[in-house]
Amino acid sequence: MSIKAVDLTYTYGAGTAFEQRALRGVNFEIKDGEFVGLIGHTGSGKSTLIQHLNGLLKATGGDILYHGESIYQEGYNLRALRGKVGLVFQYPEYQLFETDVFSDVCFGPRNLGLSQEEIEKRARHALRLVGFPEKLYGKSPFELSGGQKRRVAIAGVLAMRPEMMILDEPTAGLDPKGRDEILGQIERLNRQHGLTILLVSHSMEDVARYVDRIMVMNHGELAFDGAPREVFRHYRELEAMGLAAPQITYIVQELRERGVPVDDSITTVKEAAAAILGLLGKGGGEET
Amino acid sequence: MIRDITIGQYYPADSPIHRLDPRTKLFGTLVYIVSLFFADNLWCYGAATLFLAAAVRISRVPFRFIVRGLKAVVFLLLISVSFNLFLTDGRVLWQAGFLKITDAGLRLALFMGLRLAYLVIGSSIMTLTTTPNQLADGLEKSLGFLNRARVPVHEISMMMSIALRFIPILVEETDKIMKAQMARGADFESGNVIRRAKSMIPILVPLFVSAFRRATDLAMAMEARCYRGGEGRTKMKPLQYERRDGFAYAVLLAYLAAVIALRLIW
Amino acid sequence: MNIIKAVNLVFDYIRRDEDDKVEEVSRALDHLNLEIEEGSFVAVLGHNGSGKSTLAKQINGILLPTEGTVWISEMDTADENLLWEVRKTAGMVFQNPDNQIIGNVVEEDVAFGPENIGVPTPEIWRRVDESLRATGMAMYRKRSPNRLSGGQKQRVAIAGVLAMKPRCIVLDEPTAMLDPNGRREVIRTIRELNRAENITILLITHYMEEAIDADRVIVVDGGKIVMDDVPRQIFSRVEELKRYSLDVPQATELAWELRQGGVDLPDGILRREELVEALLPLLKGRKGCQ
Repeated sequence: MSIKAVDLTYTYGAGTAFEQRALRGVNFEIKDGEFVGLIGHTGSGKSTLIQHLNGLLKATGGDILYHGESIYQEGYNLRALRGKVGLVFQYPEYQLFETDVFSDVCFGPRNLGLSQEEIEKRARHALRLVGFPEKLYGKSPFELSGGQKRRVAIAGVLAMRPEMMILDEPTAGLDPKGRDEILGQIERLNRQHGLTILLVSHSMEDVARYVDRIMVMNHGELAFDGAPREVFRHYRELEAMGLAAPQITYIVQELRERGVPVDDSITTVKEAAAAILGLLGKGGGEET
Repeated sequence: MIRDITIGQYYPADSPIHRLDPRTKLFGTLVYIVSLFFADNLWCYGAATLFLAAAVRISRVPFRFIVRGLKAVVFLLLISVSFNLFLTDGRVLWQAGFLKITDAGLRLALFMGLRLAYLVIGSSIMTLTTTPNQLADGLEKSLGFLNRARVPVHEISMMMSIALRFIPILVEETDKIMKAQMARGADFESGNVIRRAKSMIPILVPLFVSAFRRATDLAMAMEARCYRGGEGRTKMKPLQYERRDGFAYAVLLAYLAAVIALRLIW
Repeated sequence: MNIIKAVNLVFDYIRRDEDDKVEEVSRALDHLNLEIEEGSFVAVLGHNGSGKSTLAKQINGILLPTEGTVWISEMDTADENLLWEVRKTAGMVFQNPDNQIIGNVVEEDVAFGPENIGVPTPEIWRRVDESLRATGMAMYRKRSPNRLSGGQKQRVAIAGVLAMKPRCIVLDEPTAMLDPNGRREVIRTIRELNRAENITILLITHYMEEAIDADRVIVVDGGKIVMDDVPRQIFSRVEELKRYSLDVPQATELAWELRQGGVDLPDGILRREELVEALLPLLKGRKGCQ
């Protein structure tokens, strides 16, 4: 069970003077339960790509297979697909519209045509998953703080019970604490509830800390696709794309260049601290 | 891509008409419209055609851009032409049932059609050769006398130019909100009129909220940059009549005199 | 001389119900005292709701103190006659790049401020030219702001403030909505203005990397200043920063983790080069190192 992109191509304004190829033959497969990071600078095609995965944009070439079935085949139920592949846009709080938090979260499941009882059950469950306090369910979403609004918006998509969640920069504009809370919740959705996650982010530090696999988009192509440590090894190429590896990668690389045998697959502060303490004979790490 | 939408469809080029002061062009359009209502014989329309053709030529705007403006009024044009054609009394030239065409009807229909078409083409030349900003400036300055009648001319012109700046942003935002709601299973296409109207609520509420937020932000940013209305304000690009504007005014008045003369003589 | 001085500054947000009765009062600034030296580059850190944005808006008279006084180069911001002088002296750049650009053409937007304060036309042109050059936006002057990137829009906003010849610029999270490239270009521009034009900078942010190069870092929490020192000192207090829900740069965090593990490293390491230099002598001579 997976979502698969086959030779995915998308051209804006085909045939006009503004023609622009946003995706050029993208291929990948995301398996159930994976936690994948998608990075790329503005205009690299990553936003266009994620809008294909739930059928909001239709590819000009290539195919998307969801559980092995082409979503472009005649009679394919795109609305049902959008319930399975939940997409949370950047600044999702801008989509809130109901008079109270709870009704807003009900909007998604209601569109799926469920019974009132089921709708409410799902909404309550989703709000609990994002850690939204029950006493605020009746409040107007417009009176909440930025971080709380964002949670309600994420719950609005979660309430459809998707199998996969795509989140476009879910931490944009939040402070460090708000960021850690949201990312922690997303991680739990993956680890505890088995949701497949595709996390779009600018921050290499965040991506390195949470995901199992990174896809890098550049000029509409998939430039790298692999485990974080493998992708960050190409830090020079990443720089050329206007991206950068996490700071920690640079520290490790520099130490290696100066003759210190640190493992170059390190991507987080904790790993680096353990490795260096090991080399210094403190804390027992990897010393033999 | 959606940001490329331009309101008033300015066509960038460097022509003598582009370079004219917007006030001259506003006045010119007004004079031309007046002349069209004066015209009641073929000679007058001949003069109007010549004048328009010359203006189109000098403006260096491709003809197809100018005709594009007509598409919007084609329906109106057809209705008014056929009403005049079939419903005017006079010497009958052709008849089929209750439909008849008379000599007076033919003449009226022709004049009506030309009048409407020229009116649209004439004003599109103005909008195609003047940026919306210049237009707002031109209006502010030429309507300055209304200030004494307590019409907030500066504020209206400021509103126009802010609207111009934010229309593309709000269009893009609408697109984004629509997609976000579609991702939550919203359906904007099926159902009857009432259902469809109701399905717009999830788009309109966020759009309004966002527009108000932007307005608040913008007001604060304008205040922070010392905005306090039109009083005591200077301009980076003040409107100034040049010699070519004087020449244009002369041509305009000569044309208006000619149309009036042609009408009186024939 | 101090360009900014706040004494016992209190600000309450007051929410009223339909009958204009006070429903809720929340204190955003709580007896805050602050002095900022002319020409310095000061970073203000704090989590959302700490009061840092409210502080920014006090500096050019967008908000006025509930109690206490703010002086901008010795002008009281609460004095109505001085309001426009205060706003000319202390310019302000906001978070959302789209919501602070008024003009439909870059150069016309930059001219907006000077037009408002009645600068004569030739002087406006001169200021627009200079400001666009100083922010590196001269080549975009005829563009529509809608077709610029986020970082470029923020530079236009900075140019617009610059054209009013301020002595101080307050930037309220100018990079929060930008991608890493946009963030870098904005920070580079700000730093250059501070260095070349000696303009006082008050940068409000929650990106710690942006605070490293400041002359001074202020941490705001609960409407009060809780930390105020040079970056090196501030970032050596990792636990305290975490308590105020703030981050530290990764190099600093790694150094701190190592010190916790008993490694003898100096205090307040900010940059990765510093950390590498400090680590090398310790690691050299160990097994496996050349």
